[in-house]
Amino acid sequence: MLSNIGIGLIVLVLILSFLTIYTASLDLKMPGQSIKKGIYKLSLFQTTFTVLSFFTLIIGFINSDFSLSNVYENSHTTKPLFYKIAGTWGNHEGSLLLWVNILVIFSYLFLVFNHTHNKKFRLYTLIFQNILILGFSFFLLLNSNPFNSIYPIPLEGLGLNPILQDPALAIHPPLLYVGFVGCSIYFSAAMASLISDYRGKLFAQSIKTWVKISWCFQTLGITVGSIWAYYELGWGGFWFWDPVENASLLPWFAITALMHSLIVLEKRNTLYSWVVILCLSTFILSVTGTFLVRSGILNSVHTFASDPSRGIYILLFLSLMIFSSLIIFFTKYKKETYNFNLKSRETFILANNWFMVFFLLTVLIGTLYPIFLDVITSVKISVGPPFFNIVIVPLVVPFVFLMAIVPKFSWIKLQNKIFYKILFLILCGVIINLFISHFFGKYSFLSNLIFIVAIFLILQSFLDIKKLINKKKKPELSRIISHLGFGLLVFFIGINHQFSLEEDFNLKVGEIKKTKNYEINFEGIKIRESKNYKAIVGNFKLINEKNDLVQYLNPEIRIYSNPETLTYEAAIKTKITSDLYLTMSNVSRSDYYNIKFQNKPFMIWIWISALMIVIGGFTQLTLKKNED
Amino acid sequence: MKIKKIIFIIYLSFFVPLHTNENSSELSEIYKNLRCLICQGQSIADSNSDFATTIKLVVQDLINEGKTNDEIYSFLISKYGEWIVYQPTFNKNNFLLWTLPYVVLVAGGFIILFIIRKKQV
Amino acid sequence: MKINISRIIIFCFVIFCLFVFWLGLKKNINYDTESLIGSRISNFQLNEINHNNQSISEKDLKNNEFTLINFFASWCAPCRTEHKYLLKLSDKKIKILGVNFKDKKSNANKFLKELGNPYDFVAKDSEGKASVLFGIYGIPESILIDNNLTVIKKIIGPIDQSQYNEILNLIR
Repeated sequence: MLSNIGIGLIVLVLILSFLTIYTASLDLKMPGQSIKKGIYKLSLFQTTFTVLSFFTLIIGFINSDFSLSNVYENSHTTKPLFYKIAGTWGNHEGSLLLWVNILVIFSYLFLVFNHTHNKKFRLYTLIFQNILILGFSFFLLLNSNPFNSIYPIPLEGLGLNPILQDPALAIHPPLLYVGFVGCSIYFSAAMASLISDYRGKLFAQSIKTWVKISWCFQTLGITVGSIWAYYELGWGGFWFWDPVENASLLPWFAITALMHSLIVLEKRNTLYSWVVILCLSTFILSVTGTFLVRSGILNSVHTFASDPSRGIYILLFLSLMIFSSLIIFFTKYKKETYNFNLKSRETFILANNWFMVFFLLTVLIGTLYPIFLDVITSVKISVGPPFFNIVIVPLVVPFVFLMAIVPKFSWIKLQNKIFYKILFLILCGVIINLFISHFFGKYSFLSNLIFIVAIFLILQSFLDIKKLINKKKKPELSRIISHLGFGLLVFFIGINHQFSLEEDFNLKVGEIKKTKNYEINFEGIKIRESKNYKAIVGNFKLINEKNDLVQYLNPEIRIYSNPETLTYEAAIKTKITSDLYLTMSNVSRSDYYNIKFQNKPFMIWIWISALMIVIGGFTQLTLKKNED
Repeated sequence: MKIKKIIFIIYLSFFVPLHTNENSSELSEIYKNLRCLICQGQSIADSNSDFATTIKLVVQDLINEGKTNDEIYSFLISKYGEWIVYQPTFNKNNFLLWTLPYVVLVAGGFIILFIIRKKQV
Repeated sequence: MKINISRIIIFCFVIFCLFVFWLGLKKNINYDTESLIGSRISNFQLNEINHNNQSISEKDLKNNEFTLINFFASWCAPCRTEHKYLLKLSDKKIKILGVNFKDKKSNANKFLKELGNPYDFVAKDSEGKASVLFGIYGIPESILIDNNLTVIKKIIGPIDQSQYNEILNLIR
């Protein structure tokens, strides 16, 4: 029965999309500045039905209704309630339903909250957004239907992957999708603005809030995903440059660039074409990311179970999106005049965009290159963390540097004296650094540069805060918080990367390993039976030889029965100054256990910095009224 | 004046003692650059598989024999193909991979300069 | 819409990329080392499983017209299924070198006693390090070489009927 309700609701949404497109097209020709009331009603009904369909699926999961094949494949009666609910979006079909939900909700909200803007523009946005909704709804119904039923109804489900039973991972997809899918609305708005010739400052104002919302959630989603990876996956890292991670990072670069360019578009009414390109590219990148992740074209630790038909459909949809946006952009393109002063703030925002595009294309090239090489020459290569670190990290130095000196330049005015002063001082710093690294021979030149610029940005931000408190000017606060957060993030990632201690060794029960500063005592093994798994718990006594501090860590090997999987739970002791990280796995057919021990300085500050960036973004959303 | 203070603090930061743990950090670095062939996207450092265990032993032996990192990578590439290293070697296949990003960077720079210059003229 | 050269280039580039994606969907994402066919095996020296004073090296294999190097272990279930093909091959004009991988001597001997011994020489690789010399990454795996020590076939996983026939064709 749930199956029929669910499918019925989706079909209703489809019909409403058609109706919306039709009535909106008719209303375009009508005179006057306000949109017909009926269109609002259609949109509201559409939202209601979509949300109801999502709740239908959730109810299916809560009740363990195995007549729905999606519930059967992804749930189990013994799963805790919270994870039953999270199972709704933890699979391909369910997450696609969430995708459709966000498309519809944002469509309605954009319609309702933008009534001060041009009618034709709003109607076209609605039309384009509904075309997107149609595309995804058809995909859902025809290929990836979460409401497919199975008969006879099985008594028990196939179970959710135990690795996915974690609170951070439960909220990670919804957060990320608001970012990913939220950018659909300004894709549609960009198309609409080209067609209805609603350009410049007004266009910027209409999409501003949506860009910021999607940026905040995208950043938060990526951060939560990294936190989860660190605490749950047992390798002590938080970013692997895995294709799926890169797929979420690509739109982030584009949205960040867009967010900054919007400032220029709104204040100086220039860069319109570039903003449109960014708006179109962001959602295109999101869909490309979805394609990479769900089609099975890439080998990754994160991929959903793959199915080639999905890939073909998404590729088709992606192609239509790219071609239609190219055609509309080229037909409606109008040449712009640019009006810049070289040392003003606009140029810095252009520079920000320049770097963002560089980072974006590097990650894109790194992720796609293996596919292209394999198709063209049948040679298989791997592109992983070393490539991305080597290409991206050196360029982070000038990027952070520019971030630090931007506030010194206000709009339009030339500030020659300060400019040359800074340049001179930084030049001194570089020369000093060269001497030092030559003298000590041990320092990594690059990481030193990273530290210099990061500290520069951090201190500059603190100075800005001091100025702010004295002058009581609110608008800059969000930028300062986010940029400070970014500086701290770069700094702490640098420290973590440079000063982390990692040891990999094999031990038997009762043995002791001495590493630099630590003595690790493998005291024993205990077996613990839990609700749906059996755990082999290791008892480790760690003695810090510098200060004689004794700590106990208990990593686990968990054996799950449904489905049969093995996971490795790391023992993590988090402190303000560092994290101690210990994982244990057994070496097959031997009494030895492979132990990975890590000491990671200031680990928790990485999360704090990332969250600070997000808080800065949310601050700006709530302080909307105090612009300029 | 304030900037001079900042620079001074930065200058001081160079004297933070840097402890490098030569051997194990080098091993870690190599393990992280090698790909586990039977896993779905994991490095030898992160994997708990049998293959990873074997490769770790071989790498340790090679280090003890005095081989450099590059020699170790070449050796493993000759046995398993280029797929096993995460840092692509710079050869005619991967030439585009390593150069395109910088081409983009330089091209972007020129475009921006071009846009800015337009008005100055 | 103005038709100019840069727009044509952009369109062509997009079509090219989408086409590559489409082709990429059909490719196998799992990696295997079959592409290493044609290379020479490296120099090695392995001890016999029961007698440490006996050893075998690549020089010995040059004397054979064809050698099949088979990596196996008593704890490996698929090794049992392929064993009958190894026994069949032991009658043909091909020498079989068995390498016992990460196993206990007693278990390996029991295994061969139970299923039969098709090997002309059983070497031991108790830590698995020799397998890396041959580019092995899983058990069972077999390499067919000629008298120039060139790899002419790699079989990843247990030998089945079709691969058995292929081997017969190659050693004709």
